[in-house]
Amino acid sequence: MALDQSFVGRTYPPTDPYEVGREKIREFAEAVGDTNPAYTDPEAAKALGHPDVVAPPTFVFAITFKAAGQVVQDPQLGLDYSRVVHGDQKFSYVRPVRAGDRLTVTSTIEAIKSMAGNDILDIRGEVHDEAGEHVVTAWTKLVARAAQEA
Amino acid sequence: MTAKIAYDDVEVGTELPARTFPVTRATLVQYAGASGDFNPIHWNEKFAKEVGLPDVIAHGMFTMAEAIRVVTDWTGDPGAVVEYGVRFTKPVIVPNDDKGAEIEVSAKVAAKLDDNTVRVDLTATSAGQKVLGMSRAVVRLA
Repeated sequence: MALDQSFVGRTYPPTDPYEVGREKIREFAEAVGDTNPAYTDPEAAKALGHPDVVAPPTFVFAITFKAAGQVVQDPQLGLDYSRVVHGDQKFSYVRPVRAGDRLTVTSTIEAIKSMAGNDILDIRGEVHDEAGEHVVTAWTKLVARAAQEA
Repeated sequence: MTAKIAYDDVEVGTELPARTFPVTRATLVQYAGASGDFNPIHWNEKFAKEVGLPDVIAHGMFTMAEAIRVVTDWTGDPGAVVEYGVRFTKPVIVPNDDKGAEIEVSAKVAAKLDDNTVRVDLTATSAGQKVLGMSRAVVRLA
């Protein structure tokens, strides 16, 4: 069943802050096999002009996708998450995420489309730091594949 | 931000050093833990097949993380990435053997933009299939 178009433009309350830790960044960098010292060595990060180690560009997805759970699991929206696949992903950075950041995410439904029985949902996550400064915006396109007819 | 590549030294068509990234089942388990994405299609072959996949597949976000390494290795400073977007076109299929799969990534400068930024277009393939589409980054150079 097509999703309710009236949800387009709906913004959900900001999440509680996520505190970015040096060791979490290290764990992520190791998981993707990336040895760039800016992710693990505060001095190397400072030499590049950053106040502390920075996170790899896609690290913030773990935070924004968790925040998007408010949308995905909104019973009023009624998305069938068991049929959802990740269609597109985009980030626009004001600055890199770094250790010590306390980040909140505000999720907004940007678009709802229905194509060939698939529901397509575009969610924008605006990420701000503790000072209220904008850090990064993440756009996530989710596709809920059409249910098989019985 | 202090990218080690100068804007004036690149032109449209400049190729970035290509890379091949291996991915095994162990890689996926490690990425699941680090990213918090425990969807069983990324580690449970039985589950993956039940939902119609040929085998366990890599996290799309893992592939996205690997592809941008071609850019961040080139610039040196990960903070040089201003924008990055991809479309997940085909899954990276990861068999349960010693070898796993490989993700091959190439990239080139597609446009020179304002404020010392360039657009880099990325190509990512695995087993001959294009796994990312519309894969583009905007990067600020020195």
